[in-house]
Formats: sequence, structure tokens, C-alpha cells
Amino acid sequence: MDSDEVTPEESGKAMTRRQFGSVAAAAAAGFLLTACGPRRLREMPKDRLRRALADLEREYSTKYGTKVTVSGAGPMPGVVFAYALDLSRCIGCRRCVYACVAENNQSRDPQIQWIRVLQMDKDKGVDFTHADPYYQPAEVPEEGHFYVPVSCQQCRNAPCAKTCPTGATWIEPDGIVAIDYDWCIGCRCCMAACPYGARHFNWGEPSIPKGDLNPHMHILGNRPRPKGVVEKCTFCIQRTRAGRYPACVEVCPVGARKFGNLLDPDSEIRYIIEHKRVLVLKEELNTMPKFFYFYAT
Amino acid sequence: MKRLTLLALLLVAAAAGLRTSAQSAAPGRAGAAAPADIPQQPARPHVEERLEVPPPPFSEGIFPCSNCHASMTPNRTRRVLSDMHTDIVLKHDEEHRWCLDCHDADNRDFLHLASGERVGFEESYRLCGQCHGEKLRDWRAGVHGRRTGEWNGHKTYLLCAHCHNPHQPRFQALQSKPAPQRPGR
Repeated sequence: MDSDEVTPEESGKAMTRRQFGSVAAAAAAGFLLTACGPRRLREMPKDRLRRALADLEREYSTKYGTKVTVSGAGPMPGVVFAYALDLSRCIGCRRCVYACVAENNQSRDPQIQWIRVLQMDKDKGVDFTHADPYYQPAEVPEEGHFYVPVSCQQCRNAPCAKTCPTGATWIEPDGIVAIDYDWCIGCRCCMAACPYGARHFNWGEPSIPKGDLNPHMHILGNRPRPKGVVEKCTFCIQRTRAGRYPACVEVCPVGARKFGNLLDPDSEIRYIIEHKRVLVLKEELNTMPKFFYFYAT
Repeated sequence: MKRLTLLALLLVAAAAGLRTSAQSAAPGRAGAAAPADIPQQPARPHVEERLEVPPPPFSEGIFPCSNCHASMTPNRTRRVLSDMHTDIVLKHDEEHRWCLDCHDADNRDFLHLASGERVGFEESYRLCGQCHGEKLRDWRAGVHGRRTGEWNGHKTYLLCAHCHNPHQPRFQALQSKPAPQRPGR
């Protein structure tokens, strides 16, 4: 019998000293690397975060030739954000799409758009198999159609956060599903997991025209992303954590978009949930989105 | 005997107390005789508070209307106007209503409700709300129409007329912004 062969009786026995030694050495090296090496944003101590923000401000100010501020504002206590969109009002004009692109420094070439407006038939109802995002009629709204804008639903039971192998995407206490762009490895498991197609990948080096940069940034939000990371709607974290409405809410010409704090009983969101016919997309998947669609009429 | 006297004295005192409290109650006050366990709420004010809105979207130079109308006698005959305001085409229940059903005939700087009550242009939502009550209710809650500002702080309201032309309220169709590029172009 060869001494290298492991018999079925021997395979279940304790490891050799050599095996133990190599495992212990690897563990020690790993511990040292993680303790001294790059830190996830969620675990960064405050002073390190401040230095990281200052580094980012310097980097972006130099790169884009304009003074940039990067905020690290945390979640407000007693706040869980929710969104409501009035399907009886949306006319499919796509002004929200472009306001979002401008506010959140999305790449123009290759083109990334966090909001996708789907044109659907009135007689088919909400039916994703026959939805058309590439509609371009002379005028909107088109007869017999209604429009459903889809962006990140900020799910309470987010499949993307469960799937991410590195933990680069997670649900913040105020309900926003955040992405640490420096921790994302670009595997795109989250994109496969998301049932709404709301996550977008930077296949190429993103480009923003110099004059179009929004200099008010948040580290988890609209700071320019590098190539090879995933990005998505963050409920305009740079605006909402400062008390303002997201850009899409403010630009909608028909007032179809509503935003507020789910925990505040006087908010518009609670009024809508209590008084209007409210639905969520793909309810059967149990993602529990915080993005509600309703009919005001 | 002593106990009975004490009890009688107590009853008399209680009765006296009740009488004085009833006398001190304001005449005609609804809550004076109500049972103690139902909480008394103040009567709801009949007119709700005035909302802060930007100035009404008047056409250039048209307001104040009394600049011209103060010297004119009102003509209440229902007709299609031919001398002035010919640019206004009424497409808002025009079969049943005309100009003076909303505009006050005696003072053109105001509108009037169905009751005859005069309202200013900055309160025109009360006029619209007469027929569109559910929209007014939703608008007050912030659910109808556009608002800018802070989700947890000060928000602006817009008047109905800022988005809806009161003479032709139906929205004109818009041109949509460009469609997204197809992948793998």
C-alpha cells in the first residue's frame, strides 16, 4: 500500500502537524492583512472616514477641476424612507430619468440610467413581459398606454444584499440599500438577483462631461464611480439625508412622485398607504419593496 | 343622629356646589351638560387655514382687473366675448357655465364661490375645490400636485392654476426625452 494514499479509515482522522501549521500561518497572515489593510466603509472608524472623505474631495476636485464636497452623513434616527409613484399621473416624459442622471453623476458614455420607464398596455395591466422601455412617440402619453418608471425598490428583504459575496451592498438603518464602491468586486451576482433590473454595471470607464458634474456628493451616493462596480438609485442619499427631496420628485412635471418618512404618521407616504389603492411590483417574490405604486384617482 | 346630620350637610353642600357651577357656565355652551367621560373637543373651524402659495400666475399686466373694470358696468348676459379677452377659449364645462360663474361680476379682482362669497385669486383652490373636492383634499395632504422643499420640513404648495389653466385645464401632451440606448449598440 502506497504511503501517499489515504484509506477511507484514515480520511476522517485528525490533520497532521504540517497541515495545522500552514492553516495557522494563513490565518495569522489574513488577520494581519485585514487589521492593517483596506477597511469596509461600514466598519471604518470615524476619524479614518473623515480622512477618506478628504482624500476623495481632493481627488475629485483635481480630476474635474471644480470644488467638490463629499459628505459622509449617516442615517437620521427614527427615519425609514419610502417612495410612492402615482401610476394614474405618470405620462412617460422621462424628465425624472435625466434629472437623476444629472444629480447622481451617472456615466453618459457608456450610458447608465438608474430609472427605466416602462410603457405598458392599459388592457394588459402591469405585465413585464410586454413592457417597452424604448418607446419614443412624437408625444406622450400615448393613447391606450400607461407608464411605470422602475428604479431600485429599496427592498426590506433585498435579494441583492443577501447575494453579495463580499458584503459590499447592505441595507442601511434608514432603509436605503447602499453600495460601498470601493468594496464591490464587480462579480454582478446582485444584478442577477435583483428582480427589477435596477442595478447597473460600469462595463467601461464612466465619463461625465466636465461642466455637468454635480459637486455635492455623498460617499455612498453620487460620487463618480470607478470602472467595474455596480451602481443604483440611492434615493438621492446626498439630498435626503440633508432633508431635501430626491431630484426625481422635484422635477416631475405632473407631481406623480411622492417621498417621505414611513415612520412619520403625518407624511404623504402614510396618507397614500392609508387612503389610496397601493401596489408593489413582483409582490410574489417577497422582496418587500419600500417603493409603492398607487392610483390617486 | 350626628351621622345623619353630617350626611345631610354634605348633600346640601354638594347641591349648592352643582348649582353654582351650572350658573357659572356660559349660556348656550354645548358642553355644559355633557357627561364627564366624553372628552370635549373644540368645534372645528368652518374655514380651514389659508395656505402659503406663490403668487397666482397672471398674464402680463392683466391684474388688477379693476384698472379697466372699475369704470365699466357689469353685463351679466351670457355670451361669447368679442371686445376683449378673446384669447381665452373656455373648455371647462362651457355648456353649463361661463365667465361670471367664477369671476365676481361687481369686483373683477376677486372670484366668487357658489354661495356668493368672494375669494381672492391667491385662494382660488377653494373655488376649484367646490367641484373637485377629492383633489382639494389630496392637495392639502400633499399627494396631489408637485411640491418642492424638504420632506421633513418646509414644503411649498402651488396653486391649482400654476399647473392647470383654469379655462382649459386638460394638459397638453409633452414630448418625451430620448429613449435609452439599446445594449450592445
